[in-house]
Amino acid sequence: MTAETPSTAGNAPTSRRPKITILLVLMVVVAGSTAVIAGLLVNIFQRKQEAKNPYLRFVDVTNDTTDPAEWGKNWPREYDGYLRTVTPTRTKYGGGSASETMPPPEKADKNPWLTRMFAGYAFAIDYRDRRGHAFMLTDQESTKRTKERKQPGSCLHCHASIMPLYRQAGAELAPSAPPAEQLQKGFEAIGKLDYWEASAKLEKSGHKHPVSCVDCHDPKSMQLRVTRPGFINGIKALKAHEGIADYDPNRDATRQEMRSFVCGQCHVEYYCGPKTTLFFPWLNGLKVEEIESTYDNYKFEDGHRFYDWKHAETGAEVIKAQHPEFEVWNQGTHAKAGVACADCHMPYMREGALKVSDHWVRSPLTNVNRACQQCHHYPEQEIIKRVETIQDRHFALLTRTGNALVDMLDAIKAAKAAKASDADLAPILEMQRKAQWRLDFVAAENSMGFHAAQELARILGESIDMSRQAQLAAVKLTGTLAITAPAAPAK
Amino acid sequence: MLVSALSLGLLLGLGLFTFIYAEGFSYFTTDPKACANCHIMNPEYDSWVKSSHHIVAGCVDCHLPHALVPKLWAKAVNGYHHSKGFTFQDFHEPIMIKQHNARILQEACLGCHSGLVHDIVAGSTTDANAVSCVHCHSSVGHGPVR
Repeated sequence: MTAETPSTAGNAPTSRRPKITILLVLMVVVAGSTAVIAGLLVNIFQRKQEAKNPYLRFVDVTNDTTDPAEWGKNWPREYDGYLRTVTPTRTKYGGGSASETMPPPEKADKNPWLTRMFAGYAFAIDYRDRRGHAFMLTDQESTKRTKERKQPGSCLHCHASIMPLYRQAGAELAPSAPPAEQLQKGFEAIGKLDYWEASAKLEKSGHKHPVSCVDCHDPKSMQLRVTRPGFINGIKALKAHEGIADYDPNRDATRQEMRSFVCGQCHVEYYCGPKTTLFFPWLNGLKVEEIESTYDNYKFEDGHRFYDWKHAETGAEVIKAQHPEFEVWNQGTHAKAGVACADCHMPYMREGALKVSDHWVRSPLTNVNRACQQCHHYPEQEIIKRVETIQDRHFALLTRTGNALVDMLDAIKAAKAAKASDADLAPILEMQRKAQWRLDFVAAENSMGFHAAQELARILGESIDMSRQAQLAAVKLTGTLAITAPAAPAK
Repeated sequence: MLVSALSLGLLLGLGLFTFIYAEGFSYFTTDPKACANCHIMNPEYDSWVKSSHHIVAGCVDCHLPHALVPKLWAKAVNGYHHSKGFTFQDFHEPIMIKQHNARILQEACLGCHSGLVHDIVAGSTTDANAVSCVHCHSSVGHGPVR
């Protein structure tokens, strides 16, 4: 040791160096671990904040707040979804706007027989595919059906946030009546006006918005509620038919029922005027023949039986079907399983820790993982294929039914040209009314068969049968037969 | 030495605080509420409360093996995947059960019901394509979000 003393002084730094290295490594490790743990801590803190469900009522909303932007200040997530309904979406059979500024294609492009079916009616001049909720009012104002034909104010029952105007008009007409009665009065009065006159009144009242938050939500509790007099009267009649007296959906319906009823306020079959106040034909039930029997037994004020227009080619008194999504969904397997409209068209989504109903109402096919996979645990592609199989078959049958209708119209026209008597033609025109009502009921329904595939196929089967029966009867009068080449079979 | 002891102590303290703040000890219990600590399982928890099985089985009774070592292993593997998914928010929604966990679940069904279904399942339930109990009885534990 002593011999080496001189060198110890020089050795001291080298023996400390490993110690410093260890300390340095330790420092780096501790610093790294601390950073990771601190990062994790902040992450956990953030997630806990998300779970707190902050909800601030920045502005007060009331039954007269029709501007969705006001509601959007309190409920920005839902409002964001609502705003997204301007986005064009497309599925194999639905939608199809190329951009937000372009209207969707005419339905007759895909179904040329529609123009023949609607001969003499405004739908023959303009009838386009669907767009999002945001467009409901502008589209109604830009269609040739309102621009070139006279339409009643009752169209606004569903295309605008019109309840304040109904209340206002009712209060002016019957100042001392109870609110419910005033509302009914206002609803009847506005419905009777010309479309553009009602529209001007609406604009003046400051409530010219497409259907918005207040139409489905109670402004105090946010609970779902129905507001449309057409639906409230219609469901009351339906329940009375089922043996339930004095039904009030806002009082008697379950939460899950309300998640379909709010949609059923508009996505239904109805008579819109002008010969009487708008009504939902549900007195005898929701099936196609039950609605038909309601119409057949209905008499207008002038004593004439119910019809929408006289067919321009044959003179038959025919019925126009609207868009019976609610009625058809009711016949389908999803309704039977208790699945509501909102479950597929406004599925729950997670934003942070919040469970939010997606207010971007749209085709479930554009949102398969949230809309379908909640219950159907299969890959997205498989689900889409299954739906398209149903829709392809449906479209093929629909086209076949349309062709049968066209053949019938041709045969009736030929019989008329051959001077067949009115008495001979009368039962044939009745058959046309029935065949056409069924086909239109199915074609106007927006799901290309999906909402109740088997029920819709049954209705189309009946329609084909009736069209061919009418055609045969007409042919018997003239002795000539023409059959359109059958549609290509379903793939 | 003092500095390293201090820094290590700091790290330990921060780690312990984070663990407690994240309710780390709850994961050593069988309380279903622990599984909904991170709010992702709220819908599952909410519907379990109303399900037919809630009086006889909690989350771990169906979702973990019943033997000690496989149980701890499954808990560790799932704990890792769940923490990672929740921290980085990179999981598929709706959440879907993975093959390994589906097998654990199926075995848990049989753990209680094998006497009843012995003739139906006939030893084929570990096959990936075999029909499992929840294929039909999908809402006995917890149902879809409504």
